[in-house]
Amino acid sequence: MKIYGRQCLGKKAFLELEYQMEGRDFSVAGTAASQIKKMLTEVGFEPEIIRRTTVVAYEAAMNIVIHAFRGRLLVHIEADGIGLTAVDEGPGIADVAMAMQEGYSTASPSIREMGFGAGMGLPNIKRHADGMAIETRVGEGTTLKAWIICKKG
Amino acid sequence: MRQLTLNDLAEKLQLDFHTYPLEAKEVTGGYVGDLLSDVMAHARDGQVWLTIQVHENIVAVALLTNVAGVIITGGRKPLPETVKRAREEGVVILSSKLPTFTLGGKIYRLLEERNALVHG
Repeated sequence: MKIYGRQCLGKKAFLELEYQMEGRDFSVAGTAASQIKKMLTEVGFEPEIIRRTTVVAYEAAMNIVIHAFRGRLLVHIEADGIGLTAVDEGPGIADVAMAMQEGYSTASPSIREMGFGAGMGLPNIKRHADGMAIETRVGEGTTLKAWIICKKG
Repeated sequence: MRQLTLNDLAEKLQLDFHTYPLEAKEVTGGYVGDLLSDVMAHARDGQVWLTIQVHENIVAVALLTNVAGVIITGGRKPLPETVKRAREEGVVILSSKLPTFTLGGKIYRLLEERNALVHG
């Protein structure tokens, strides 16, 4: 598939990407984020849109591999914007308001030693996306949706 | 105009290459951080990233932020899987015996000297 510019996506056209990942599989999560970045670059999105989407995709994927047993990252790309959905089977988030606060994390010491678990993941997503929503059930899992809107013109 | 490249930094500051640049990459600035989320949010295209992290997750962050290269400080070395992944992805990894603060200071000074030459 060769795409020459995001205008070529047209009003109705879209691309869907899906990545499956298991808990602790950092390599797959990193690869997913870089493939998403590559695809957005090929489609011809503006660098700032690509940068923001990349941060959101990276943090959403890392949240799955750090906290969940397994999960999927779905990316929906249209000319007007990008939607990301991270669905996981995992412990869920007991207190979403706390989890949204910078510096709050439930990650283990071994995860923290690798430079994760600083409680910056969800705040980073909130800061870089135009909107986000979290649905979670303790003991079952979490669904996170985030979207980035491309300005007209 | 005289650019400052990764090779210049390596030569002037005695850095060791663990993976090599395929082209002369210009260094435009730097970012220091060991928390990957912070680096993801703030590091920019063309900067060198100074960190004490050695595991393979640094390769993904370097790739996603488009930094010119990663410099592991304090005498630490990248793990073998980090080097392997970096080579596959074309990410340049160097290391230094100097602690982050000292190395960052030296790089800052080199960038200032370069800017003085460029802008008179």
